[in-house]
Amino acid sequence: MNAPASKPSATGLPVAIRDLRKSFGDQPVLKGVSFDIRAGEVFVLMGPSGSGKSVFLRHLIGLETPDGGEIRIGGELATSEDIGSKFHLAIVFQSGGLLNSLTVAENVGLYLTEHRLKPQEEIDRIVTEKLALVKLDPGVAAQFPNELSGGMRKRVAIARALVGDPQLVLFDEPTSELDPLVALTIGREILNLNERTGATCVVVTHDRDLAFGIADRIGFLNEGELVVLGTPAEIRASPHPLLQQFLAADFHPQ
Amino acid sequence: MFQNLGEMLLLLAATLRAIPRAWRDRRKVADQLFDIGNASLFMACMLSLFIGGVLALQTGPVLVQRGLGSSLGGLVALGMCKELAPVMMAVLIAGRIGSAMAAELGSMRVYQEIDALRTLNIDPVNYLVMPRVLAIAIALPCLVVFANLVGWTGGALVASFNDRISVTWSAFFGNLRSVVEFTDLINGLIKSFFFAVVIGVVSCHQGLTTLGGPRGIGRSVTKAVVNSLVLILLLDYVLTRLLLPLDNGWHF
Repeated sequence: MNAPASKPSATGLPVAIRDLRKSFGDQPVLKGVSFDIRAGEVFVLMGPSGSGKSVFLRHLIGLETPDGGEIRIGGELATSEDIGSKFHLAIVFQSGGLLNSLTVAENVGLYLTEHRLKPQEEIDRIVTEKLALVKLDPGVAAQFPNELSGGMRKRVAIARALVGDPQLVLFDEPTSELDPLVALTIGREILNLNERTGATCVVVTHDRDLAFGIADRIGFLNEGELVVLGTPAEIRASPHPLLQQFLAADFHPQ
Repeated sequence: MFQNLGEMLLLLAATLRAIPRAWRDRRKVADQLFDIGNASLFMACMLSLFIGGVLALQTGPVLVQRGLGSSLGGLVALGMCKELAPVMMAVLIAGRIGSAMAAELGSMRVYQEIDALRTLNIDPVNYLVMPRVLAIAIALPCLVVFANLVGWTGGALVASFNDRISVTWSAFFGNLRSVVEFTDLINGLIKSFFFAVVIGVVSCHQGLTTLGGPRGIGRSVTKAVVNSLVLILLLDYVLTRLLLPLDNGWHF
């Protein structure tokens, strides 16, 4: 996997994060994080478990309210009530977040069905198209999420995120619990989405291969602080001891 | 429980605001109604049959001893339609449907399905809560009508077959017709409607505020049932007191 050299005309949204702070009880999780995500780029936020990556992602989509600071998506506050009606944002949760009471087709078409954006025949056509994009057989459309493997569920979640051509897509640990081959497929899907639609993609992961394979830029978060930010080459060359330790960590049986 | 009362009232207000969507979401409401009926109709039948029977068995011999056996039909019927049917059906629905709703919404919350809905700009109150509350509010009064009929039949069966009572079927229902007024039935239906709203809102609230994993879901289910039962019994007194003026109403 390699990040594309040139981007299509970006329809993606820029994101500005300023002094973002969040604590749960006495435990600070984000300690004044500030940086920008450019429109149309694949930005990977990397870091060890418990560094605050997923909490950061939940702030981006408005599922958490910050204790301090702000996030602006396309110039609008992420916490504003009508951000969902102004822009189309999508997230692929770590667990997939598929509705188990709905079939795969109903899950993928949910955004269009509930907002009555298209007639049912058109929705069926879009669902088939999106399933094909993530290399899923049309036969899975009638199945329920609990009948699918973990990798298939993740791909269905990506297909659902693609519906309605989102301008900002967030991925929370997209390759966790997946074997390397499926992880590779998921990485390719993220790149394909970014290349095809120009959507801004924010990927939170501690999978180093995925991060270096797809990112335009990488941020390294540790204990609620952004310690390094740069292109994959800059990250590799960074002398930051924590980052180097993270990148060099490999299992060597004695 | 009482610290959540404000949140529950806000959820109720949001649910009421979502009611105009009921027609477009009629399939979801119908699915819920089917689930409620499917899960509770047989239990409601058994429960009502025996409640009516026990009521006749407890009061029948005493009334017969005092020469008041002919009043048994009215007593059983009034007891059923004004108090026992609405309260016992509400208890049944809280235990069988309210717990299932809290568990379903709780697991949806824990497994990020609710978050997924929000990110798709779909309001969980419109999508999940309104159809459930509306379905319970329709189903419970219907179950109460059904429970009345079955309970009266249970009472009449015990009254006619028990040697210590021996009130005939026709005497039982003759007295029932002369005593029970239409407003007595309405009284029970009004109560059951409010009980249904309480069960729906409390159960959905507990489900939507579930924290943690499977243990959190278990805690939500327990709280949904216990809080519903406490509120039903409190509300029962308040409603009974408020509905007293209805007692001088229309006869059958």
